[in-house]
Amino acid sequence: MKLVKVHITLKEGVLDPQGKAVQGSLNTLGYNKVKEVRVGKFMELTMEDDANVEEQIEEMCNQLLANPVIENYEYTVEEGVTQ
Amino acid sequence: MKFAVVVFPGSNCDRDMYYAAKDALGEEADLIWYKEANLDGYDAILIPGGFSYGDYLRSGAIASTSDIVTQLKQQAEKGVPILGVCNGFQILLESGLLPGAMLRNQNLKFMCHFEELVVENNQTIFTSEYEQEEIVSIPIAHNEGNYYCDDETRAKLEENNQIVFTYKTNPNGSVSDIAGIINEKGNVLGMMPHPERAVEALLSSDDGLKLFQSMLVNWREKHVAGA
Amino acid sequence: MLQAPEITPEMVEKDKVYQEMGLTDKEYDMIKNIMGRRPNFTEIGIFSVMWSEHCSYKTSKPLLKKFPTEGPQVVQGPGEGAGVVDIGDGQGVVFKVESHNHPSAVEPYQGAATGVGGIIRDVFSMGARPIASLNSLRFGNLNTGRVKYLFDEVVHGISGYGNCVGVPTVGGEVQFDDSYEGNPLVNAMCVGLIDTKDIQKGIAAGEGNTIMYVGSKTGRDGIHGATFASEDLSEDSESKRSNVQVGDPFMEKLLIEACLEVIQSDALVGIQDMGAAGLTSSASEMASKAGMGMEMNLDLIPQREQNMTAYEMMLSESQERMLLCVKKGEEQEIIDIFKKYNLEAVAVGQVTEDKMFRLLHKGEVVADIPVDNLAEDAPIFHKESKVPAYYEEYQKMADYVPNVDNHTETLKQLLQQPTIASKEYVYDQYDSMVQANTVFSPGSDAAVVRVRGYDKAIAMTTDCNSRYIYLDPEVGGQIAVAEAARNIISSGAKPLALTDGLNFGNPDKPENFWQMEKSVEGMSAASLKLNTPVISGNVSLYNESNGQAIYPTPVVGMVGLHESLDHITPSQFQQEGDTIYVIGETAPEFGGSELQNVLEGKYFGKAPVLDLDVEVNRQGQLLQAIRDGLVSSAHDLAEGGLGVAVAESLFANKGLGADIKVNGDVTAALFSETQSRFLVSVPEAKREAFEKVVEDAQAIGIVTNTSKLVVNSEQEQVINEDIESLQQLWKGAIPCLLKSKA
Repeated sequence: MKLVKVHITLKEGVLDPQGKAVQGSLNTLGYNKVKEVRVGKFMELTMEDDANVEEQIEEMCNQLLANPVIENYEYTVEEGVTQ
Repeated sequence: MKFAVVVFPGSNCDRDMYYAAKDALGEEADLIWYKEANLDGYDAILIPGGFSYGDYLRSGAIASTSDIVTQLKQQAEKGVPILGVCNGFQILLESGLLPGAMLRNQNLKFMCHFEELVVENNQTIFTSEYEQEEIVSIPIAHNEGNYYCDDETRAKLEENNQIVFTYKTNPNGSVSDIAGIINEKGNVLGMMPHPERAVEALLSSDDGLKLFQSMLVNWREKHVAGA
Repeated sequence: MLQAPEITPEMVEKDKVYQEMGLTDKEYDMIKNIMGRRPNFTEIGIFSVMWSEHCSYKTSKPLLKKFPTEGPQVVQGPGEGAGVVDIGDGQGVVFKVESHNHPSAVEPYQGAATGVGGIIRDVFSMGARPIASLNSLRFGNLNTGRVKYLFDEVVHGISGYGNCVGVPTVGGEVQFDDSYEGNPLVNAMCVGLIDTKDIQKGIAAGEGNTIMYVGSKTGRDGIHGATFASEDLSEDSESKRSNVQVGDPFMEKLLIEACLEVIQSDALVGIQDMGAAGLTSSASEMASKAGMGMEMNLDLIPQREQNMTAYEMMLSESQERMLLCVKKGEEQEIIDIFKKYNLEAVAVGQVTEDKMFRLLHKGEVVADIPVDNLAEDAPIFHKESKVPAYYEEYQKMADYVPNVDNHTETLKQLLQQPTIASKEYVYDQYDSMVQANTVFSPGSDAAVVRVRGYDKAIAMTTDCNSRYIYLDPEVGGQIAVAEAARNIISSGAKPLALTDGLNFGNPDKPENFWQMEKSVEGMSAASLKLNTPVISGNVSLYNESNGQAIYPTPVVGMVGLHESLDHITPSQFQQEGDTIYVIGETAPEFGGSELQNVLEGKYFGKAPVLDLDVEVNRQGQLLQAIRDGLVSSAHDLAEGGLGVAVAESLFANKGLGADIKVNGDVTAALFSETQSRFLVSVPEAKREAFEKVVEDAQAIGIVTNTSKLVVNSEQEQVINEDIESLQQLWKGAIPCLLKSKA
């Protein structure tokens, strides 16, 4: 089994109102060193072993998991625990 | 004229759209469950608002991967008029039938109220019954209606007159105050405001009715001899 | 968390494990007696939730019996998922209110969201399509970060869930008072429309028929939620966070559509949602109501988590689950309908004749309980009642006389009181228009939803002025019902029936129980007089935090019928030249008023007087005038009195103003909260006819086109103010409070 961790973030230049709100809130709480927050998504996929896992993940990200108009993605592949 | 209203799991304005076509406009309409759909033989296709697949992942994203969207693309190719409202617009964006994407409203809140829209292009099959620059009152109800596209796309939309409706006062942060856009070919319209909720004066406005009437008038011109 | 298997029946008794579940020694003994043996851990868990106040109404039942529940319009009274009233044409309106206070105090987003989901399930499990939601919310004053957070997240939760399921949130009320600071109230009401021939019941009848489970899988969420709702909130409530359920509105939407299709199938015998106490209450109630028993195999229950015990499965409050009783041999028909919506219906048991509630798990019988003792025959306790000292003190007080110099400034202050101020910030977040039937959305006296295809509409409102009820529960209870009816009447509809959401403190304190008792008596008297029987309801007790009870808050949810769309009447002034009338005389009554709070920072003294005969008479006359087409607008006079009502009547149609003359004491005329009054505008040509129908109407002024509110007393001009500036204060008050730093 493989454990795939996918991070999806808004592209640079795309306004992130949620990130701004979180930043404002952190600043209000006194964390004044926080200069920017970008909120993204994190997903974990447990996949059966396959020779071209990475190719499939790329496909999945482009087709569904991320919207290329506004989002970027990154991923890592780890050895998963067999359940 | 015969309308198809495509119903996805989680659509919730499907019946409103159906009644707008059937009762307010007085034409034929069918509610079509996404699994059983055959879109052949319809004169126009309506993609209603709601929360298809619970808006999970991104609004419209999961619906846009269903088989029916493949059919939708074929119908669009054939020139069949397709109107996507709210979540329907989001599905059209996610499936690539229209350019751009939706972000969360700038104030991070769902908002529901009447908005004044400006008809920016009355030379479409969806807006020919409106005056150019006409101000119409049509409600919005969305959490992710903040339209985004890159500058290049925006320039193209403007150049081709693809921006059909704008907000008089921008409620959600949309690029260029965009409320609705059309494809280059002129047969696929996506808009966040709900014209199907504004087809009777009893419910505060019937400004949306002209949109459906435009579709009917243009269909008649094309299909009914002597019209 | 307690674990089942290792706790033996002996330990349950010896270590008093049942106490942790909220049962008393006396109740344990009763249970032992019923069983004829020591109950095991699973069984005692089942008893503890079924005998909790939330499920059994063991404390409130003697009071609830006082409510009038019958009338020619009543199709289904209390006892089912929701009540039903007749609206003609073979149609009925189904409605009920339910509280989700404790879950919302701990996790406000999910607490409120699942509250909305639960009440919607109650309505569609009757076979009705949900057509509208309302809510009644109470928070502390918006001056601490915690209260602002609760407020924002509760609203967000209602919006997140309600908008997604496609049921318009058309109305409601929000009030603020310190007594709710640690214990907010979240009462959600749902209204459905049904062809009365389609009404379903939650029964498991017919020996051998199949029990089917459908919806979300069962997880460990919400275990002991019903018991949690029956305890005081305490410091460690935060640690009960794991008790709070998470809602899935997408699943709910699928269930609505699928269940509405299933009710058309002859294969269906009964259907009920799994609400509080989950599988335990739905299953045992369905069997008990049918006079039958039930056997379920827990191995067949769809489970989300691994190694769940019988105890956990039976007490889980996972959301979006339904239990069905289906004719034996016809299960496939039901399975196929659900399959269309990507849902799985699973057979988990059958109806038996022996009136036992029997559960099997991993080949063993894990519970075997006489089912009636869980549901119909749960015990009832009569609590002690005592008149509180504060009440006696208030009754002895001289009438409170407010001292107002500048009426314009006072009006501005009143308009900014959070309880009076515009709630647009809240209701803009609700989809109030989906289904395309909403004639009046939130912000009107009553919400109005038309019945598509017919010349009629349904009016609905939630109401409860808890300050009056605190000052005088009996009169306050009457006022709550009368005011709800006034809202319905003002919109042009005839009140039909009500649902009650009774929110009180700990009933073990005799003073609290007295408040309950008296307010129920007051509500009953008014319901009887106004012919609005109580057809459903909910009781939420133990609303206290750190030993301090909330104001007694019996929320009234009322529904009325517009017999023609022509009767629909707005609450705002409509046209220049109309005459403005006040119906009813005004006395100087300021106990519990908003003005008292503005000037003194608290509420005390006597509640306003209410004469139910006068109330009935005036409501009847106004409705007649509306039906005769004589009225342009009607608004009930409530918090803040005439001054606030006139201002509110000008906040919709831009450009209109009002010119008003008041007689006698200006402060009383403008700000007294005397009951049974309406503000009405009437076209010039219809004045004479109007005055013939409505006896107690005094013309006080005229609608102008000046965008100004002008008020003259007998001596001088007391107010001359731009509507725009008043409206800005009214609209901006709540957003302003939320933005200000706590």
